[in-house]
Amino acid sequence: MRVSITVNGVRQESEIESRLLLVHYLRDHLGLTGTHIGCDTTNCGACTVHLDGEAVKSCTVLAAQADGAEVTTVEGLAKDGELHPVQQAFWDNHGLQCGYCTPGMIMAAADLLKRNPNPSEEEVRHGLEGNLCRCTGYHNIVKAVLDAAGKGVPA
Amino acid sequence: MSTVETGGYVGRAMKRKEDPRMITGRGNYIDDMALPGMLWAGLVRSPEAHAKVLSIDTSGAKEMPGVVGVYTAEDLKDAWAIPMPMIWAPADTEIKTPEHWPLASGEVKHVGDPVAIVLGTDRYGVVDAAERVIVDYDPLPVVVDPEAALEDGSPLVWEQFGTNKTHTWSVAGGDVEAAFAEADRVVSQRLVNHRTAGAAIEARGCIADPRGEGVTLYTSTQIPHIARFVLSLVCGIPEDKLRVVAPDVGGGFGSKLNVFAEELLAVVLSRRLKRPIKWIETRTENMLVTHHGRDQINYVDMAVKNDGTVTGCKLRVVADLGAYFTALTPFIPELGFPVANGCYAIPNIELTFDCAFTNKFPTDAIRGAGRPEMTYWIELMMDKVGRELDIDPLEVRRRNFIPAEEFPYETALGIVYDSGNYHGSLDKLLQNFDLDAFRREQEELRQKGKYRGVGFSTYVEVCGLAPSRVVGPQGVGLQGAFWESAMVRVSASGTATVYTGTSPHGQGHDTGFAQIAADRLGIDPANVQVIHGDTDQGPWGWDTYGSRTLAVGGEAVARAATKVQEKAKRICAALLEAAPEDIELADGKFAVRGSPDKSMTMVDIAGAAHIPPQELPTDIEPGLEETSFYDPENFVFPFGAHACVVDVDVDTGKVEVVRYVAVDDCGPAINPMLIEGQVHGGVTHAIGQALYEQVVYDDTGQLVTSSFVDYALPTAAELPSYETDRTETPSPVNTLGVKGVGEAGTIAATPAVTAAVLDALRPLGVEWLDMPHTPMRVWQAIQAAKGDGAGPRASDQGVEVSEHGGGAAGSGPTGPEEGGAS
Repeated sequence: MRVSITVNGVRQESEIESRLLLVHYLRDHLGLTGTHIGCDTTNCGACTVHLDGEAVKSCTVLAAQADGAEVTTVEGLAKDGELHPVQQAFWDNHGLQCGYCTPGMIMAAADLLKRNPNPSEEEVRHGLEGNLCRCTGYHNIVKAVLDAAGKGVPA
Repeated sequence: MSTVETGGYVGRAMKRKEDPRMITGRGNYIDDMALPGMLWAGLVRSPEAHAKVLSIDTSGAKEMPGVVGVYTAEDLKDAWAIPMPMIWAPADTEIKTPEHWPLASGEVKHVGDPVAIVLGTDRYGVVDAAERVIVDYDPLPVVVDPEAALEDGSPLVWEQFGTNKTHTWSVAGGDVEAAFAEADRVVSQRLVNHRTAGAAIEARGCIADPRGEGVTLYTSTQIPHIARFVLSLVCGIPEDKLRVVAPDVGGGFGSKLNVFAEELLAVVLSRRLKRPIKWIETRTENMLVTHHGRDQINYVDMAVKNDGTVTGCKLRVVADLGAYFTALTPFIPELGFPVANGCYAIPNIELTFDCAFTNKFPTDAIRGAGRPEMTYWIELMMDKVGRELDIDPLEVRRRNFIPAEEFPYETALGIVYDSGNYHGSLDKLLQNFDLDAFRREQEELRQKGKYRGVGFSTYVEVCGLAPSRVVGPQGVGLQGAFWESAMVRVSASGTATVYTGTSPHGQGHDTGFAQIAADRLGIDPANVQVIHGDTDQGPWGWDTYGSRTLAVGGEAVARAATKVQEKAKRICAALLEAAPEDIELADGKFAVRGSPDKSMTMVDIAGAAHIPPQELPTDIEPGLEETSFYDPENFVFPFGAHACVVDVDVDTGKVEVVRYVAVDDCGPAINPMLIEGQVHGGVTHAIGQALYEQVVYDDTGQLVTSSFVDYALPTAAELPSYETDRTETPSPVNTLGVKGVGEAGTIAATPAVTAAVLDALRPLGVEWLDMPHTPMRVWQAIQAAKGDGAGPRASDQGVEVSEHGGGAAGSGPTGPEEGGAS
């Protein structure tokens, strides 16, 4: 089938298999490999992208479902050479180690801050519970998200 | 070694050099790579835990669109020079070692055992085709419980051995029988340390790329150098025809320190078909066929005096090794033996390890590997000794601590602890954690029906693998050496490249090693590039595991950079007409002592080294590049003190960690930010094991926890922010004074969490709990203590609660109504 999906501001017309997952469309068809796959069961959130402005797990969306939609991936987050505040905060606060969960975590955090610009630590922790990280213990991820929100950081 | 002159980068919390590409989606992980003409591989895996393979029909699969070939063990029997190796051969111990081939033939021994591999042009197509391979299995009896496996009459995993016991290994020191004969009391406990998964968020994967006579294997591994060696041995390909590259690796935690069947299959089939072959593990495969960790039962007896002095200790371990051996499978239970006495001066110790085959995937090293198990029982036993003698458990610890002035300290088992200050870390912990205030708060909460508890762990661990002569073939018996290499090359323009034999997967080698080199070269770490994970670049190395990177690999970097510095000083001295010993490096300048106006920078010196001026004596070779091969004299022994506070909801059994306070000592910090990150992650890994995670097989050997739906990793929502602090006790083993920290949190934290849960529940009469402390287990323990008979039995949901199957599965932070494994 044929789909038209605007990815990171660029309209893409593609012929795809109807069962193709959005994450494989982004990675294997468009070469946007920043979006990762960690679990196959919608648990880990490594594949989180923004679909029409909302965070979704792209392993659980068919590319066909994104027909006509706008998708933003981690590659599209920085604007004009400036890191997104969440990206910058992850760097500043050692919010990543192996970096594998990081794109999904950043996309989820950016979505969280858009919906709730001034979250408490508790709200950040619950807001990110759909994204798994095995390296950081979440401490510095939470710190980074609060930093990006311009809030004080936890101890 | 000469006194190290630094530019002050070591010790700073410098931001990571690795991060810019990773936060922008420009990392390069294995599944991000594609090669022209590449084929995809899919494995056909056994749904049976133990069965004869009567026939395999691949004809249907071969007819599927895009399928290029389907191969069974029979098709590949000439491809292998030797089986996949297990590398522990201890003196005087026979280990029954079954042959382990990349594809099973004749019989399958665990669920997920691969029997065929499908190659095709499409990622989805090979999965479809694998489902069309028809295998006729004749099921055989299954054993999944290691204690049952060791009983007479148990089904046998390997008929030819006549037993499921793989081996017994024991070690002892002192006079254990006398200690028990003279004891005032013997304190005993059975503890279960259940099976867990590494669960790196990136599963495994590889691409084999045949070029000319050789093949390059890109693989998500912790061990590119060892992998090349093993590939060479198993596939019979000379090492010079093999290159192994670890790209960005999305976490390891031990789970990527084997050379797995899929990597071997990709290499041999890529050569046969002369096309690149890519295989990417699914999460279910990761849970099925990437090695697990722990899975042992400990029987401990401690001989104590009435004043709390521990005079002797006997430990019997029953370890479940699974059906086959991966590289280190039978060695992992024993690996913790050097710290069997913990932080304590226990003069008499006897350890016995009885290891068993079961119809499960092999266990091997997962974060901590043997030391979490040792630390778990010894710390909980110190608590139990205190309770039985009515002495504060922290006071029991203090009375048994090895005093700071007795280091280096030789233990009863002949291991020499390098340095330590156990009173110091506990004192600092108690400065940061007001125990009196906690007890008051705890009592107030109990009056309100809320159950809060605190648990402590004062741990020591052993890391820094090498030393080669201790752990190698004539020592402990590992068929390897484990020294480490580094090469430091300064370019003509004065920038530097560090080549390390270690191979990172999130630790921050690029940043920390750049700091170490920069200080010794008098340049900015921004101008130090760190190269790793490619067997075609830099000297041979022994890769990354066991918290060895900094203490062995980092020291090699320091030594190589110091050699470059010494040559730079000779060049500088010749050009400034001074003696080399009068050249000092400070603030990025090589200056003549007493004449600070006479100086050169590394840029000047590197230029002269590469384009020698007439004034430079010809006995100084051109170039500026040095290599160090470093084999330490001893292990290093990090230590610390941790406190965990939990709340237990006694109505639901849910345990919540509400505070975690850690003091760790890994010697002087290279980058304190990286240390904190390792502690956060390590502690979380242990909280995961203690509260949520368990690999569960049912009685028929089916893996119940085959996805993240059932294998519950902790999320941000379950955890507090952590309070970390450090003491710095240098190691005398290396010039940096450093010890490893990658596993410390994982080693320390499980007993602290369990002790906290027990502390919370003690008023209710709960005396013991085995991990994981899932809501159902905790709730049932509370009911059992109430005396209504709701102990370990079939629950209301009909789920058997046992340590090897059933009720613990998937039991994240939910209530007792959970269905568990059902």
